[in-house]
Amino acid sequence: MRTLLEVSGVSVTFDGFRAINNLSFQIGPAEMRAIIGPNGAGKTTFMDIVTGKTRPDEGRVIWGDKSVSLIRMSEAQIARAGIGRKFQRPTVFEDQNVFDNLLLALKKNRNPFSVLTYRRSEEDARKVRALAEEIGLSDQLSRKSGELSHGQKQWLEIGMLLAQDPQLLLVDEPAAGMTVEEREHTTAILVEAAKTRAVVVVEHDMEFVRRLNCKVTVLHEGSVLAEGSLDHVTANKDVIDVYLGR
Amino acid sequence: MRQSFFARNPSVVIFLCCLAAFTLVVSLLSEGAGTGFISTSFIKTLGKTLCLCLIAVAMDLVWGYTGILSLGHFAFFGLGGYMIGMWLMYERTRDIVVSSMANAQIPPTEQEVVDAIGTQIFGVVGSSEFPLVWAFADSLVLQLAMVVLIPGLLALVFGWLAFRSRVTGVYLSILTQAMTLALSLYLFQNDSGLRGNNGLSGLQNLPGVEASQAVVSVWFLWASALALGLGYMLAAWVVSGKFGSVIRGIRDDEARVRFLGYSVEGYKLFIFVLSAVIAGIAGALYYPQAGIINPAEVAPIASIYLAVWVAIGGRGRLYGAVIGAAFVSLVSTWFTGGQVPSLDIGFYRIDWVEWWQVILGLSFVIVTLFAPKGIGGLFDLITDRVRPDRHGADYGPDKGSFQEAEGRE
Ligand SMILES: Nc1ncnc2c1ncn2[C@@H]1O[C@H](COP(=O)(O)OP(=O)(O)OP(=O)(O)O)[C@@H](O)[C@H]1O
Ligand SMILES: [Mg+2]
Repeated sequence: MRTLLEVSGVSVTFDGFRAINNLSFQIGPAEMRAIIGPNGAGKTTFMDIVTGKTRPDEGRVIWGDKSVSLIRMSEAQIARAGIGRKFQRPTVFEDQNVFDNLLLALKKNRNPFSVLTYRRSEEDARKVRALAEEIGLSDQLSRKSGELSHGQKQWLEIGMLLAQDPQLLLVDEPAAGMTVEEREHTTAILVEAAKTRAVVVVEHDMEFVRRLNCKVTVLHEGSVLAEGSLDHVTANKDVIDVYLGR
Repeated sequence: MRQSFFARNPSVVIFLCCLAAFTLVVSLLSEGAGTGFISTSFIKTLGKTLCLCLIAVAMDLVWGYTGILSLGHFAFFGLGGYMIGMWLMYERTRDIVVSSMANAQIPPTEQEVVDAIGTQIFGVVGSSEFPLVWAFADSLVLQLAMVVLIPGLLALVFGWLAFRSRVTGVYLSILTQAMTLALSLYLFQNDSGLRGNNGLSGLQNLPGVEASQAVVSVWFLWASALALGLGYMLAAWVVSGKFGSVIRGIRDDEARVRFLGYSVEGYKLFIFVLSAVIAGIAGALYYPQAGIINPAEVAPIASIYLAVWVAIGGRGRLYGAVIGAAFVSLVSTWFTGGQVPSLDIGFYRIDWVEWWQVILGLSFVIVTLFAPKGIGGLFDLITDRVRPDRHGADYGPDKGSFQEAEGRE
């Protein structure tokens, strides 16, 4: 199987504390993967490394068919290379309306001069409306996103992620603070997305992970403890000890 | 259907109409028009105020829209003034020198004229040589180009260094203060080539123009109004489209914009340079009306006042910046001009020239604390532009995440 992202032997230390310890991880194109692990396991830090927010002390992060290293690239370059990210706390531009948030994320030339002369085409407006439809915010397009409910903000952020049209989506706790129906809708969006691209979902909620029905990676103290189907990892003795046994 | 730029931004149309009406009425009442209801010196004050409004628009672009609290924009304003001042002073001195030498028996050579101009201009700093920076002073076109290029170049170099190393917030503000302080200290030196603390003077006299100051002051009023109108439209165009959406995103959450693939540094640099160029143009129109420019004009405090004007007027909306600059600088002229009678409260005499600073400082604090939208916020009462109304029950783990009743069903 082709790999889209290959992380190997990565370590990160914060003030002497090893948040990521010799971590290796691989994902292919059009694959769904769930990452679970106790609080402080390093799940968010892993995403920080892949997206260029945190530089690893050692190790390699190799991306795509051309096998480029992401380590020296800026956040914006990595995003343009095709990695999109949803944060743990919903971060949308609260002062702008839903339409503008989605338009901002829509895959387009990001150069300041071409953005300056950008004119909204009917096609782009249609794309934005289609995305809004997908995330269930069609009738909220003209509302300021700060007015949305917590769940709607999470969706809007997922919508912005899809608008970027990335090859890899990193989604940090998408279902946090959502009601049961909202969770189901979120699962559906993510499963749909994973048909055409790689999706990595960090989640605490086992029910949610089970519904994603995909391979699971368990992180603990900055490295991979177990990997496999959910039933496989939950049967693992180490996993039960550190995570489920508590 | 796409609407035109003006249809999408009705406030621009209203602003331009007000500006045109103001300019027309003031011109008609001026001494230059023969009516003389408004004195020439007050016409100059109004013209200068329009220039201050223009730099306030520039400040609003960097601070109100992009969230970069620059406390150094008067450096660019001053540089613009110096660039045009060099040509004005050179050409005018040339006129004087040529006419005084006209009676000589042997017509003076070109070199003799230049030397005499040098002695005239640099005598005060004990020199007569033209420094290198005056190389183009005899060319109006080149000096006009430098009005734009020099502030733009300084902003480009400074911004590139600062933004590339991701200096933000208070640290950036301090750096910009350091920049304008360094510039003013440099200009204070006699060997800076710009006449040290004497600065450039006599700038109100346009070389080769016979018209009286009463008329010239009206010309400058028009030029300033035109520059303000064009600058305002340019700024409104920049902030209204997708570019505006990106820079407001940078203001609110810079990291998030990066993860969307926008190079935040490039956008900041663009706005910083653009606003510096606008500031330079404003300065080039201001100082011929003031008549004199010296290094004290680019002292750090000037740029802080600029931030105060924009804050009082209401940042993040262009008309707010204009209103703030116009209102505060005019009131300030009134108080510091000594026309306001001192107030005797028995045991103490309030002298407004000094107390005005205190009032200004207090109003800045009050506006920041209690009316962050400034004077411009009053317009919201009319247009009902309301902030996101975050009612509903507290829901998500984060502040400000509320859920409406219907969302909970
Ligand atoms: N910038 C930082 N400076 C210092 N320590 C950090 C930093 N970022 C993360 N850490 C530490 O690294 C460890 C891993 O954090 P991380 O946020 O990756 O955990 P997580 O698996 O996402 O946890 P959670 O489930 O709570 O979101 C934690 O102990 C955290 O305190
Ligand atoms: Mg986390």
